[in-house]
Amino acid sequence: MVNKSRSSRLDFINGDEAVAYGAKLCRPQVIAVYPITPQTIVVERLAEFVANGLMNCEYVYVESEHSAMCAAMGASLVGARAFTATSSQGLAYMHEMLHYVSGSRFPIVMMNANRTLAAPWNIFGDQRDSLAQRDTGWIQVYVENGQEALDMIIQAYALAENDRVYTPVMVNLDGFVNTHTFELVEIPDQHDVDEFLPPFRSKNAIDFTNPRSFCITAATEWNTEFRYQQQEAMNNAKKVIGEVDKKFGDQFGRYYGGLVEEYRCAGAEVVLVGMGSVVGTSRIVVDRLRDLGVEVGLVKLRFYRPFPVEYFKSLSTRVKAIGVIDRDLSFGYEGAVASDVKSALCSTEVVPKVINFIAGIAGRDITKENIEEMYNRLFNLIKGGDEKELQFIGLRWES
Amino acid sequence: MIKAKNLTDIEYLYGHKACPGCGLGTIGRLALKILGARTIVALPASCMSTVTTQYPQMNYTVPSLTMAFAGTGAVLTGMSVGLKALGITDVNVLGLAGDGGTADIGLQALSGAVERGDDFIYICYDNEAYMNTGVQRSSLTPIGANTTNSPSGTASYGEKKPKKNLFEIMIAHRIPYAATASSAYPYDFMNKVEKTKGIKGPKFIHIMCPCPTGWGFASDLTVEIGKLAVETGMWYLAEYENGKVKMNVIPKTIRPVEEYLMKQRRFRHLTAENIKLIQEHTDSEWRLIRERWLLPLTR
Repeated sequence: MVNKSRSSRLDFINGDEAVAYGAKLCRPQVIAVYPITPQTIVVERLAEFVANGLMNCEYVYVESEHSAMCAAMGASLVGARAFTATSSQGLAYMHEMLHYVSGSRFPIVMMNANRTLAAPWNIFGDQRDSLAQRDTGWIQVYVENGQEALDMIIQAYALAENDRVYTPVMVNLDGFVNTHTFELVEIPDQHDVDEFLPPFRSKNAIDFTNPRSFCITAATEWNTEFRYQQQEAMNNAKKVIGEVDKKFGDQFGRYYGGLVEEYRCAGAEVVLVGMGSVVGTSRIVVDRLRDLGVEVGLVKLRFYRPFPVEYFKSLSTRVKAIGVIDRDLSFGYEGAVASDVKSALCSTEVVPKVINFIAGIAGRDITKENIEEMYNRLFNLIKGGDEKELQFIGLRWES
Repeated sequence: MIKAKNLTDIEYLYGHKACPGCGLGTIGRLALKILGARTIVALPASCMSTVTTQYPQMNYTVPSLTMAFAGTGAVLTGMSVGLKALGITDVNVLGLAGDGGTADIGLQALSGAVERGDDFIYICYDNEAYMNTGVQRSSLTPIGANTTNSPSGTASYGEKKPKKNLFEIMIAHRIPYAATASSAYPYDFMNKVEKTKGIKGPKFIHIMCPCPTGWGFASDLTVEIGKLAVETGMWYLAEYENGKVKMNVIPKTIRPVEEYLMKQRRFRHLTAENIKLIQEHTDSEWRLIRERWLLPLTR
């Protein structure tokens, strides 16, 4: 059932612009942002919208990312819908505040342009910046293209502000590959978005008739109970993510599939798991291999937190080997996503073999050839070949 | 003018767990009596937040938010612009932060918020060290003070650097209103808070808050110590508005700093030579004050 939009329009825009349009459509009342490559276009477009009277909101020139998140939190406290965006070093700089916001349950939405962290200094994309924020209590979603970026900003507010969730959401776009690539993006009509996302009525805002203290000190006697509620909210989010996606799809005609999206996994012997822009490239490789009769599949991991542990358990009986592409590395162990996938699989009756592919670090392309090589290595593994559990793709030396 | 007669009986901060004799409770309590029920308080990590927002015993009857150490200025911005965006114009946004949370880790956020011109009142209660973590020096610790990380010893007389001048930092921002105050001069303080209500934009009050625990004096001497600080010239009460500084109390004769210092454990190790150094520093500060602010500018 699709109610076709009233007057959505197609525009040729980049991922950052898609985020800016998405944010604009959500009518945030406060935007507090600090510029950092490759997020800057978001900052600029939003400033232009405000300067041209296309957005009715307070745009705050904060002096750091830490202050950006502080200001967003202050705004959310008084009941305003708040938006911010950052990347890499900026995300690391506001790390402390991510905990404050999630722990005091302010439903703020933030876009993050995935970029590697110094040193060595580099402005290009990988996902170590946001994956390193794993335990900050934020919902994390990774998008594949500009359309999904725009749509997920809108869905992120619906999710964050849902009564059963009340948890902040970080929408991640791969730096440059997503943020700076121009695509045709459908920009929904404002009335349709207004229908989908009602005005923010915070249940976690100040009320002078019933004054409350927020973000309080909770000693040992009570702290565990606050954490338990955060975990419950994350568990609820698993369900709400699907509900929001269904409602969004029904209204706008685009469904993304919840925590994960399977692509041609039926009958697959081996699958690759990826997040973000690599999924787009992988689809092309899967199509080509499937046309040749090679039984491969692809799992697009959309949400890193909450993590789809139940899904990966169910996958264990259907495939022989899983390759996990990590655009990050936890030095001294392996990629962060691989650790979580393995952890989900370890209690299943049949545990598929797993190879962790470290690829796309600091903006290095993950080519179709790289993806095909990953599938070949997975097939070699299930045929009894010798494959290392952790492999660097495209390394200049023998690892 | 705020007087005992017209001061409200309503309490907006009570039941806190501050040490006996601490000036902090008085400062928060009196400020809120002036600002009233439609006030939101932001508190960074500090004595103030520790003794007033321990779940489930909340001590404010106005909404409050405990904040990250570095972010008081920025969260005040967020509250202020959030209220503006929602069309709410009758709410006071108040920050209550300590000396470390203001002059050290929170200075960037405070400077940003003042530069942006957001509408809030920021009160820095200055107990001259990181008292909440056990008396470590901050940039507002006075020269000669013994703290747990600037201890006096055979090779040291304690804190080596004079107090940073926060009031002048705020003046450099051309802030609409800045003042210094002392918990020992409650009417002066309350009238300064009262004055902030009529001023749009950022307002800053730096208030001296003697700390019996950290400074080492009996809990019934808080007011006496606070007064001695002003009478010996080691603290002053002033206001900055409309581009001018006004001294609220000008001691006719400034008493020797020794009278202030020797009443506190943190200074008792000082030798006559050390005290002379502090006296010279205080005298030179007063020369600067007189040159800049007490004498009218002549052209």
